[in-house]
Amino acid sequence: MRIAVVATCLGDALFPQAPIATVELLERLGHEVVFPADQTCCGQMHVNTGYLDAALPVVRHHVEVFGQAFDAGVDAVVAPSGSCVGCVRHQHAMVARRAGDEGLARAAEQGAERTYELSELLVDVLGVTDVGAYYPHRVTYHPTCHSLRMLRVGDKPLQLLRAVRGLELVELADAEVCCGFGGTFAVKNAETSTAMLADKMAAVLSSKAEVCTAGDSSCLMHIGGGLSRLRSGVRTVHLAEILASTDRDDRSADIVFDRAEVRP
Amino acid sequence: MTGHGRAAERSRTIELGMPTPASDPHRHLRGTEGFPAAAHRALADTQLRRNLGHATRTIRAKRAGVVAELDDWEELRRAGEAIKADTMARLPELLVQFEERVTARGGVVHWARDAEEANRIVVDLVRGTGADEVVKVKSMATQETGLNEALEAAGVAALETDLAELIVQLSHDRPSHFLVPAIHRNRAEIREIFLREMPDVDPDLTDEPRRLAMAARAHLRKRFLAAKVGISGVNFAVADTGTLSVVESEGNGRMCLTLPDTLITVMGVEKLVPTWSDLEVFLQLLPRSSTGERMNPYTSTWAGVTPGDGPQAFHLVLLDNGRSNVLADAQGRQALHCIRCSACLNVCPVYERTGGHAYGSIYPGPIGAVLSPQLTGIDGPHDVNATLPFASSLCGACFDACPVRIDIPSMLVQQRAAAVDAHTRRTGQDVAMAAAAIAMTTPGRFKLAERALGVGRVLAGRKGRISTLPWPLSGWSNARDLPAPPAETFRQWWARTHGGT
Amino acid sequence: MGARDEVLARLRTARDAGAPATPPIGVLSDPVVPRTYRSAGRFAPGGEQVLARLDETLTDYRATVTRVPTEDDVAAAVRAFLRTAGSVVVPPGLPEGWLAAFDGAVRRDEPACTVDELDHVDAVVTGAAVAIADTGTFVLDSGAPDQGRRVITLVPDHHVCVIRAADVVASVPEAIARLDPTRPLTFVSGPSATSDIELDRVEGVHGPRRLDVVLVGGLRPGEQ
Ligand code: SF4
Repeated sequence: MRIAVVATCLGDALFPQAPIATVELLERLGHEVVFPADQTCCGQMHVNTGYLDAALPVVRHHVEVFGQAFDAGVDAVVAPSGSCVGCVRHQHAMVARRAGDEGLARAAEQGAERTYELSELLVDVLGVTDVGAYYPHRVTYHPTCHSLRMLRVGDKPLQLLRAVRGLELVELADAEVCCGFGGTFAVKNAETSTAMLADKMAAVLSSKAEVCTAGDSSCLMHIGGGLSRLRSGVRTVHLAEILASTDRDDRSADIVFDRAEVRP
Repeated sequence: MTGHGRAAERSRTIELGMPTPASDPHRHLRGTEGFPAAAHRALADTQLRRNLGHATRTIRAKRAGVVAELDDWEELRRAGEAIKADTMARLPELLVQFEERVTARGGVVHWARDAEEANRIVVDLVRGTGADEVVKVKSMATQETGLNEALEAAGVAALETDLAELIVQLSHDRPSHFLVPAIHRNRAEIREIFLREMPDVDPDLTDEPRRLAMAARAHLRKRFLAAKVGISGVNFAVADTGTLSVVESEGNGRMCLTLPDTLITVMGVEKLVPTWSDLEVFLQLLPRSSTGERMNPYTSTWAGVTPGDGPQAFHLVLLDNGRSNVLADAQGRQALHCIRCSACLNVCPVYERTGGHAYGSIYPGPIGAVLSPQLTGIDGPHDVNATLPFASSLCGACFDACPVRIDIPSMLVQQRAAAVDAHTRRTGQDVAMAAAAIAMTTPGRFKLAERALGVGRVLAGRKGRISTLPWPLSGWSNARDLPAPPAETFRQWWARTHGGT
Repeated sequence: MGARDEVLARLRTARDAGAPATPPIGVLSDPVVPRTYRSAGRFAPGGEQVLARLDETLTDYRATVTRVPTEDDVAAAVRAFLRTAGSVVVPPGLPEGWLAAFDGAVRRDEPACTVDELDHVDAVVTGAAVAIADTGTFVLDSGAPDQGRRVITLVPDHHVCVIRAADVVASVPEAIARLDPTRPLTFVSGPSATSDIELDRVEGVHGPRRLDVVLVGGLRPGEQ
């Protein structure tokens, strides 16, 4: 299959290990991955902060760039982010319609039909749950709100994680409760966000996991940022990285919040 | 409608027949400070945090249990959503039909444009009876209008009879939840309040909930039995039969609806449903979502006046007070579908931590965050209600819990847009958002912007993490690190490993 | 313009202005009400299964239930429930036989009792219009001769309700279809209660604190 990857703006700039792992995983599974280089951002930040007019050109740009990719023979688009896919699927057409651009709304809907979050692509489209990964660590999974309630990915990520050799999956208490990120919410209502984060971190710590994973770098940035501040000894790793790990390429050293010591 | 349009309307050059924001004479729809400032205090109140955490956790578990009993829950939700959408599409006609039925059955129907008018009507009616005390059963509409204050000013004592409402009234507090306005109080605090404020209370009162309930019974019993005027709200009103209903638990509603000679009911116009059989949907959705029971202990229905049974004078006040303003918005009007079950409050991680007072309005929680600013309109950039739509992480738990499928997350986004539209001058955030939009549509600039990330690496230094950021990002860095930007972006990695770009 | 015309004019303007040109964002609303939920319950009205479920749900909400096989057994069951009561009030049309075994004072609500009288009576005995097994509810229709004015089941502290098998349905929709919306109705599910203290349910506030139910029929004689 020919798959175009959405690096996501956050993934491109701050957390490249997630889209990199996505590419390597899909290539390992025998697929051709392309990277439409003109891509920038899905527009989620603008939409969710209330800048729906400003979001319009961003949405149009995304729809055009990936529309060209489909025209060039791409079968599916994947993003290692539940919230970006949620924005593509549930907000792009709304932004276009609000501005009275029905043509763009239709194009957005068509594109959205073939745009998938990573676990959806693997389980629903490619039909795999065992991706041949090896990750010998104690892991807990935080189902991010957009994966859970916007995309309804259900237990797909858990199916994938259960098939990973060496991985010990432990349950996260109150897993379905938001970690408190919410984009600009974490800045505009930082104190409330922190109170939510505190409970999420408590749940992660009491799970005794060494790794907290999720399908969205933004939530991981939030939970990981808190765990790092506490020097808690628990790290956050994107689901894609776990699935891309093999016994020859263990990514367990990818400690995001200690990058200076790890990466050149 | 844009925020500018709404702001203009607030200046009250009101045209006749045009949708109009609510009047709010007693500031029950707007707090005195924005959400972040109010939340700051609430978050520091450890007793409040514990009380709310305990109560919402209890009710969430109960709700989940009884919802799981019904295998047609999703179908009921869809029916509830559709009935309300249909009602809104025919609201004026249905109201006229309803008025006709109520009148035919001996009720007197009054119409009120705003809070003051509703209060005036009720005060005049009470005066007409000569009563100097009225018994009230929980009604959001009269809280919204500030009826108790208006009655008091007219020398009439208004006695709240719902237990939680009584607690709020006795402690001179404000309600913080639809169903349990005193949810922020625990049993020990309630005992304290009763001992302090109930003249006839047993001094040996303990904090056992049963004993507290008995104290409320004793306190109110004589006054119920002697009441001349009852004032109620409505849960559902049926257009084609003129039937009204009150859904409750304690029996105080039955007392108010049955014992007085005169019953005055104040009803927001959105409480209507088209037909009697629609109740078969809502009487399943509401109790399970609200108290987490299969059915609440008592639901009373009545139509007009029944000779020989109950009040022989019945007055119904139909209230607009900003509802027309909400109805005028194609998406925003969903807020009028709300049946006030409070399920969205109970599942909201923000509400659970800040409580209802932080929202300023008597309509708190996720639904309040979209309803209050629509009722009042957003009155310029400093309107505290403009902060409400941002009091959410958009986690979506409210939609899943809502028995009538109100798409609160999408409405929050939409109300954020209205708040942004109300900016009369460009804020720093406006400028940043505009700049980001330009960068995000010009791939060359996006790459350039990414290169600026090198600054972040310098900020992070050898530690590899960023622990302090300047305002407004300091809110983040007060509790969270930010990783140093990577040495190589994805784009650079792709070029190195796959070529091109 | 008067308030009525003004409010209606505003609502007309708003309704037209806000008529969804495109479907509401996020969730698609179907203008036709989809009534695909269960319109009938899992059990047929009046059958043993529905009665057993009603017994269960009533008991869950702290009502005490006695099941009897026939109408002839009602009097003994009522008498047992009224052991501690010296006086009862009953609606004008309550079947005479139901109180045949009760030896306390019986006040028929005809002429109508005063509130003060009701406040001094120990209990009330009524029938019911319909009962809902799914929810543990029975409905009192104030127009029915064996149910009477609303106040008689409200002020006394103890309510004994006799429910006939034929009036028991499984679901809320079936009950709604049997009721007359123009009459004052009271849906009762357990004794008066409150969840207002820490959201825990506590029984017994303003309404009757004790609720007993005699469920008639569905059992073969001797099965009691
Ligand atoms: S918005 Fe929905 S969940 Fe919230 S109170 Fe209203 S009906 Fe209940």
